[in-house]
This record gives sequence, structure tokens and C-alpha cells, in this order.
Amino acid sequence: MSDNDLDPAREPAADTVTLLRRRPVQAAGIAVVLAGVAGAFLYVGGYLTPGRLGSDRILNAMEANAGGAHAGYRRAHAKGICIAGSFTGDPAGAALSRAAVFGGGAIPVTGRLAEGTPDPYAKDADNGVRSMALSLQPPGGAEWRMAINDTPGLHVSTPEDFYANIVASKPDPATGKPDPARMAAFLATHPEAAAFKARMQAKPLASGFANDSYNSINGFLFVAPDGTRRLVRWSMQAEDSFATLAPEVRKARSANYLFDDLLVRIRQGPIRWRLIATVAAPGDPNRAAVLWPADRRQVAMGVLTIDRVESEATGNCRDINYDPLILPPGIAPSDDPIPFARSAVYATSFRRRSGEQTPPPAVAGQSAEAK
Amino acid sequence: MRAQVKRFPLLSRIFHWTMAVLVLAMLFIGIGMVSTTSDRYNMLFAVHRTIGIVILVLVAGRLINRLLNPPPALPSDLPRWQRVAAGLSHVVLYALMFALPIVGWAMLSAGGYPILIFGTLALPPILPHDVATFAVLRTAHSALAFLLFATFLAHLGAALFHRFIRRDDVLQSMT
Repeated sequence: MSDNDLDPAREPAADTVTLLRRRPVQAAGIAVVLAGVAGAFLYVGGYLTPGRLGSDRILNAMEANAGGAHAGYRRAHAKGICIAGSFTGDPAGAALSRAAVFGGGAIPVTGRLAEGTPDPYAKDADNGVRSMALSLQPPGGAEWRMAINDTPGLHVSTPEDFYANIVASKPDPATGKPDPARMAAFLATHPEAAAFKARMQAKPLASGFANDSYNSINGFLFVAPDGTRRLVRWSMQAEDSFATLAPEVRKARSANYLFDDLLVRIRQGPIRWRLIATVAAPGDPNRAAVLWPADRRQVAMGVLTIDRVESEATGNCRDINYDPLILPPGIAPSDDPIPFARSAVYATSFRRRSGEQTPPPAVAGQSAEAK
Repeated sequence: MRAQVKRFPLLSRIFHWTMAVLVLAMLFIGIGMVSTTSDRYNMLFAVHRTIGIVILVLVAGRLINRLLNPPPALPSDLPRWQRVAAGLSHVVLYALMFALPIVGWAMLSAGGYPILIFGTLALPPILPHDVATFAVLRTAHSALAFLLFATFLAHLGAALFHRFIRRDDVLQSMT
């Protein structure tokens, strides 16, 4: 095209529709460009690929299995209570990770102890999974959040398997329970999940929150002061001595006995856990459903001291998203795929519940402090 | 390029094309990160926070530059409705380039999230921790992002319209 073609002076001013009619190829080209850009945008957003495993899809399936969401509550681990105290890092911890939390002084901690149920009013005797969520807040903003479970690893190692398990666990409308045939089929094709189920059945259940120990489940990288990155898992190991309750004793206890016991326990004095990191050996699988051999190097990294327990109705933990990828410099995600999906699903759960009115929790209006 | 094309000042053109790349990247990163559970999620979110603040700083500088160095006039024979649409769309683009980073920052503040940029720099909260506010701002952030994308499409379409249909100098004035 010559310069003259581009000269508006050669062309009498025409109205826009006339101009578009005069240049149909160019007009169509522009339409194609705009449609392409819009299509790419929608594709990246997952709108053209409903099969993509987004956080909304996972959460919708979880909510459906639970018979609908409980407004204002977390979509999982819904029944909980707020805790507060401090964390004091150990020099051995500082050698493994340069995160500010291991700097040595006591730093403030807030958190939450909960049960792994989507029902905030579930009976404590009906639940076999307990969790601890923490926010460690050293000065300077290098906050570390975690959400850790008392389970021996996880039942799956990928978000896809996590979703497949939810689908297989869908309650049969006739019985209200998962279809045994579907569940058996899932376990048959997912040996990691079958192994996890066996570990859970063999594991004695702690009698309370205070004498239970909680595991990171997932692998993370601890970055040492010299820059060395090591794959670790960690656990919060209870200082209170372990005890368990017979099933018939549990059944006879009150609906909120775990919480009632915790409130009684904290009045007797602070509750402590030791943060123990387990360092992977080369070749250890970074799969959440696979435990590492028991002889791996363990490092005591600090002590968590909880001296206050408070209902979610008035406490500070309900409105926090304990996103396991809120990590300080010195701790980094590993190639374990589960935390990324957890982070995305937690964000969506937080987004949904934050816009809802929250009815009072099962344990309302109670708080207690260590003497 | 013909000599008589009245172009934007060089600084304006640098602002325009730098921010065009950043804003478009942000729109795609934003819609992508909220739709994925893959291992890209965390990295995308970290980049999104950082570029958002960079855009906020740049758009402030760009607005000052625009006031000091006004853009060249539109073609005198441009129909009135297109003149008005051009003016309005630029107001909307500037407003959204300010609003999206500020809403994003305010939203993370109200949600009780730490706000790390460049991986290590912690920004202070600009709103108190309040999840009802978070919910409103979180919804607004997405709605405004879609509005920005729609306005960007109109802007791109108009630029191509000037270049290939009207064949005037408007697109060249920014190149």
C-alpha cells in the first residue's frame, strides 16, 4: 500500500458504517484479532475448559458431599477453636532455615485447633482427624502460616487424586453414605490411599487436642543461611503425654468434649509442642501419601507454647486463611503438588465464607488462659 | 513514517508500551492464577502482587507526565461520538489502572494476608482486617478486572480501526 492510500486528505470524510463497508477484509481482520484476544483470555481463565481442575470445582464437590456448605464456616476443618501463645526458635532450627521465626526470641503466635469435618456442629466422637493451624509472626512481616494434621501423611499425593477421592466419596442418596463399590474401586486403583486407610485404622486416636501431634503432611524446602535447600517435613510433637480413649468412652462423652477438655487443660498451665523437622534423604519420594523411613535425620527447631484458648465467636482465628503457602523467606514450596492446590482451594473457601453471615460456633463465648 | 505525523512525546510512548505489556500480563496472570490448582499458582500470585504495585507507581508517574505533556489532538474529522468515546475510555483506563492495584492491596489488607512484593518486601496493610470488607473488595477486584479487559479490547479495536479502516495517524502517533 502506498503512502497515498494512508492519506486521509485523499478520502472525503465518510461516516463510520460506510468506512467499514468499504474495507470489509480489514474490518473482519480486526474482529478476528479481538475475538482471538478475548478467547485467549477466557481460555487462560479456564472458561473454555470445564474439565480443568480449578479450586472452584474441587470446592463444589466437597460442598456437595457435605450436603451443602455451612455459611460462614471453612469448607473443611469447620469445627475449631482459637489458640494463642508464642514460638521460640532453636539454634539448630536457625541452622536449617534462615526464616526469621528461628531467630531465637519468643515471637507471637495465633492459631486454631480443629476437627477435619465440614460440619461446625459435628459430634467430637464422630471425627478421627484433628488439625492445628498456626500463624507465626516475627517482627518485620516474615509471617509463616501452616495448617497441619494429626494424620500419618495424606491419603493422596496429587490434586487429581484428591479430587477423584472426593468423587468416589460422594454419598449415595439412598443410604447417605459413600457407595462401597465406588470406594472399593478407588482404593483398588489408588494403592497409596489404601495404605493410608490402613495406617489410619492402626493409629491410636489421641484423647485430646493437647496431647496430639500434628504433621506438615507435605514437603517444603528449608533454606539454610548458606543457601542450601533441603526437603523437609515437620511435626508439632506434643509435650503432654499421649493417651487414648476407648471408643465406648468417646461415644459417652459430650458433643464438644475435645473443646471442653482443652479449656480445662489450658487452665492448668501452658501447652507445649516441639517443632521437629525431618530431613529427606536423597531419593525420598516427595509424595504426601508416602511416609519416609523412620531413620531420617530429625532436628528440633523450637518450642510452641500455647497459653490462651478462645471461642471462634470472639477469637482471632476464624477470619484468617491458614494458607500453607504463606511462607517467610527461608522456607519455600517444594515440588510436592498438593500445597499449591491447597493454597488455591483455601483461598476460594476463604473468599466464599468471608461474604457469608456466620452463625455462632458450637463452642461459643468461652475462653481460658494458662495460669 | 511520514514527517507530518504528530506523535506522543517519547516519555509518553515509553509509559504507554511498558504499561501495555504489564497490564495485559496482569490480566492474563490474574485470570489464570485463580483458575488453576497447579504448581504455577504460587509463583503467579507472587508475580501478580509485585507487578500490581509496579503498575500503581508507573500510572502515577504517567498521569503526571500526561498533564505535563498533553497528547496530540485527535483527527479533526473524527465523528463526535468517537471523540467522546475516546475521551471516556481513556478516563476509564486511567481510573482502572489506579483502582485495580489499590483494590488488590486493600483486599489483601482486609483479608488479613501478608503482602509481600519482590519476594521479601512486606507492604503495610491499608485497611483494617475485616472479612466482610474483603469479600466486597475481592468481588470488586474481579469485576473491575473484567471491565479493564473489555476497555482494553475497545482500545485495541479502536487503534486498529484508526490504522486500517480510517487510515489516519492515531496509531502511528503512539509508535
